[in-house]
Amino acid sequence: MNSTTSTPEWEYAPAPERVDPGIEDRHRLFIGGRFIASRGRKTFETINPATEDVLSCCDEANAADVDAAVESARTAFRKWSRTKPKERAKYLYRIARRIQERARELAVLETMDGGKPIRESRDVDIPLVAQHFFHHAGWCDKLQYAFPGATEPKPLGVCAQVIPWNFPLLMLAWKIAPALACGNTVVLKPAETTPLTALRFAEICEECELPAGVVNIVTGAGDTGRLLVEHPDVDKIAFTGSTDVGKRIAAATAGTGKRLTLELGGKSPNIIFADASIDQAIEGIVQGIWFNQGHVCCAGSRLFVQESVLPEVIEKLERRLGTLRVGDPLDKNTDVGAINSGPQLATINRYLAEGTEEGATMHRPHSSSLPEKGFWCQPCFLSDVQPNHVIAREEIFGPVLAVMSFRTPEEAISRANDTRFGLAAGVWTDKGSKIFEVASKLQAGVVWLNTYNRFDATSPFGGVKESGFGREGGLHGLRGYLKI
Amino acid sequence: MPRLEVLKTWKLFIGGAFPRTESGRTMILWGTEDRVVAHCCQGSRKDLRNTVEIARKALPGWWKRDAYNRGQILYRLAEMAEGRTAELVDAIRSIPDADTGRGPTAAQARKEIACAVDRLVSFAGWCDKFPQVVGSRNPVNGPYHDFTMPEPTGVCGVIAPNAPSFLGLVTHLAPILAGGNVAIAMASETNPLPAMVFAEICATSDVPGGVVNILTGYRREMLPEFADHRDIDAIGGAAETVEERRILELGAADNMKRVRLETVGDVDYFDDDSRHSPWTIEPFTEMKTIWHPSGS
Repeated sequence: MNSTTSTPEWEYAPAPERVDPGIEDRHRLFIGGRFIASRGRKTFETINPATEDVLSCCDEANAADVDAAVESARTAFRKWSRTKPKERAKYLYRIARRIQERARELAVLETMDGGKPIRESRDVDIPLVAQHFFHHAGWCDKLQYAFPGATEPKPLGVCAQVIPWNFPLLMLAWKIAPALACGNTVVLKPAETTPLTALRFAEICEECELPAGVVNIVTGAGDTGRLLVEHPDVDKIAFTGSTDVGKRIAAATAGTGKRLTLELGGKSPNIIFADASIDQAIEGIVQGIWFNQGHVCCAGSRLFVQESVLPEVIEKLERRLGTLRVGDPLDKNTDVGAINSGPQLATINRYLAEGTEEGATMHRPHSSSLPEKGFWCQPCFLSDVQPNHVIAREEIFGPVLAVMSFRTPEEAISRANDTRFGLAAGVWTDKGSKIFEVASKLQAGVVWLNTYNRFDATSPFGGVKESGFGREGGLHGLRGYLKI
Repeated sequence: MPRLEVLKTWKLFIGGAFPRTESGRTMILWGTEDRVVAHCCQGSRKDLRNTVEIARKALPGWWKRDAYNRGQILYRLAEMAEGRTAELVDAIRSIPDADTGRGPTAAQARKEIACAVDRLVSFAGWCDKFPQVVGSRNPVNGPYHDFTMPEPTGVCGVIAPNAPSFLGLVTHLAPILAGGNVAIAMASETNPLPAMVFAEICATSDVPGGVVNILTGYRREMLPEFADHRDIDAIGGAAETVEERRILELGAADNMKRVRLETVGDVDYFDDDSRHSPWTIEPFTEMKTIWHPSGS
């Protein structure tokens, strides 16, 4: 790797992860406990965004496939919802254990199909996936204690679940684990750029002898997703993705009686006060925006720095950014991997051009060269950003941070809240009463104080305002899958 | 010569005041034998817009009030409603049912009021309890203090059912207020008079101006306005028809309003067990999860 102005003149030896996840050339749909070809015979390719190599060919589910998947989930629901809760629990425990056993393979597959660094898929995504199943397994026979006064909570029925490409298997776990724990059955559609771990999960369901039809996986793009959420025999829709699509789903669901939870976009503020521990805060900013190439709905993409420490923060941020290693996602030393797809890279680049056109100053301390093939974006931040700039208002979903300054806590709060989104927020200060006062005034579903981007199966996650509604994780996440 | 009765001019209740509708329109409420009982305001889109602005300003004050204080104010509402039982009985009975041609009996009206007053008392008590019932401390991996607590969703539309005209309004309003939200209620269309008596009860209790607002008018005109208004955060209450529900949910999609509507036929307004549940408050709250490191 080339040296930069701020990194020392020594090189890392490549440290590639070498486990072969054994990807088959062709992947079919998982319906009714079997892998079957799409009735429409249409397929699409899924590629490795770091190399643009085709990894496999997947079936694109059409209306007949979606019908079959929903019907299979409906049939399975009759039995699954009446399966003894402690027995249901044991299936989920089995799944959790099998995920742990196959963790390395799943991590490699996730990294190859999605572009995220192996360090993250191995240390964050997959462990959280296993924890999510293990945690929810235990809920199966405890639902009557979850909601005081509601002694006989009932499952909803068939859940249509549509998930994004940024945390493919983790989003699957967030959707499937609570649904199954509550006695529902599911039809899940992974994103078209990252279908492989969901199909590998289907294999795990088979291995664990999960009854046929309890989990169905249909692959495809937006059309398949639309067919699924608009299917008349679906009782609940859980969607994670963009606010625009979320609104379309909410409109299409109006008057149908379907239950809905939506986890949508964000433009989350990260606020640093002058009395914060600045070095810790810098690490938090890095974690907040460059984690997973910034493909994080709760990314701390708007940084508000108290005026007196702005020069110090910018200088330290530049230095720290320069040390991030961008490149081969399978290399264990890589910090920032590949952008998930060509279209997403084009979107990010469009925002970057717009940001500098509007007068923001680009900071991109990385001078290292990027691989020739694949989709890459050097992580960067922009200063001199005004609140009305596009890069300060719209979700970029890339490794791009907008830096702004403020003078008083009131100004920080009002500017942080001046957005249609309300997913997450971060606050950095060593003053206890101030941190909780600011936290209570921020419009967000998750607030990280002196930390950022922490996740746990027991911790409810979700947004306010146009970032959607409903929570995922912990006791509160069960609410979206039960009638109480 | 008999004394001529002084009739009341029925108005809207916005920001603690009683203005007429800006539209200058009224709707006639008919009693038995084609007798005019009242001219009520036919509220408009502009009335709703004005009300939302006022309610939005009232939100922070109500939200940040201590739960103990909110509880006392709700209890005060119950006290005042109890004291105005006679007036409420008259208001409830004044409009006959369209099908039967008869209004509720005095006993029925009294039962409805008693139930509504008890409901206010119940939710007065919930103010400082439901956050403990629905919140949590989350046992996460790692050295973090992680907890989840409910916060008010914000400015809530409350679509009251046509009947029971008084109890229906109170049933849907009380949990929303207990949760720290401010409300813009759409009164029963067939008999808005008890709702407007309730407005006077609010005005003479300690409810801060703008926390409870009540509009009267036609549902078919006003519901789409509630649905489309971009600064309303949630809609509660009860839909009379599937079409009403569809209209409200469709408009709400544009700004991700939380639509937590019940359906009139499904709600047993007299059932304390189901209606006094904290799970009637929770739909009008947003769970906020807060993380903080706790050691290394």
